Amino acid sequence: MTEDVLIKVGMADLNIAACGAVLRTMGLGSCVGLTLYDPLINLGGMAHIMLPSSEIARDGHLNAAKYADTAIPALLKLMTNHGAAASRLAAKLAGGAQMFALASGGDSMRIGPRNVEAVKLALEKFGIPIAAEDTGGRYGRTVELDTGSGVYSIRSVQYGVKEI
Amino acid sequence: MDVLREVGNIGAGHAATALSQLLGKPVDMKVPTVSFLPFEDIAERLGGVETVVVAIFLRVEGDAPGNMFFILKREPARRLLQGLPCLEAAGSEDYSELELSALNEIGNILAGSYLSSLADFTGLHMSPTVPAIAVDMAGAILNYGLLQFGTMGDDALLIDTAFLEGPNQMEGHFFLIPDPESFEKLFSALGVPL
Repeated sequence: MTEDVLIKVGMADLNIAACGAVLRTMGLGSCVGLTLYDPLINLGGMAHIMLPSSEIARDGHLNAAKYADTAIPALLKLMTNHGAAASRLAAKLAGGAQMFALASGGDSMRIGPRNVEAVKLALEKFGIPIAAEDTGGRYGRTVELDTGSGVYSIRSVQYGVKEI
Repeated sequence: MDVLREVGNIGAGHAATALSQLLGKPVDMKVPTVSFLPFEDIAERLGGVETVVVAIFLRVEGDAPGNMFFILKREPARRLLQGLPCLEAAGSEDYSELELSALNEIGNILAGSYLSSLADFTGLHMSPTVPAIAVDMAGAILNYGLLQFGTMGDDALLIDTAFLEGPNQMEGHFFLIPDPESFEKLFSALGVPL
């Protein structure tokens, strides 16, 4: 019944879906599209992570989905609350590109790779294995997680669709 | 907001002149819009997150740092290239090295004139970095310009000036996204009390 359901995940946002619904986030550049999937109950979660660490957050309220170190525990909690078991979860990630090849520019220009590193570090901390990834490069990606199969499809302008 | 609109006006006015000299024909400019927008909505200005655009990006350094984009959709970029003398248009979907470098240089010239007129007007030192070009989804490209805002909140200040050229109404956008720290400097340089 839920096969056609499409749930959009915005920038610095996270959500979950189950039983064949599709989670989609569009236009990932240096951001990372992280997904967690529990194959037993067909529950998937997705976070569109913008920055590596919440330590630099300056505003009062913290948007957990925005940072690698806070998005992963938040998504994990949401999924376990909906019946997922942490031990069954595996992660797939995409994005973390470096969109522009700039001659100058310090750390903020390397944000894509830094996001990927931070996501991996956080996954390791929670003992979640990485099943597959499609990260880096110099191009944008639109990604979809099919919660029926756990297949993560990645579309880019130059390379078409890739499934991991 | 009026002050920031003036910032867009001054900068883009000069850039439009530079563009019309380059093309040898008149280029119109729309009144700049200044808005504080959620990240997602910025890409909507270009037709959505997934719209493929040609973007020349450069970082503004100096007293009031920020990010700057000169953005064209594919069709207008193609027409812009066709309008250049001495460049044989490839006519294919992809851009040749030469075409990309020509577009990059156009972006460089326009951004340079935008910034130098703004620097003259405000007395602030502002210089562009070497530009970089990308042809990709608008959302993926704009991510980049919003990182400085990412640490503050979920909105960014955008000064958007659209260009129109000739009967084809070739449309291009100039996005200036000052870093959050730069607002105060821009305001005080323009004589606005905070």
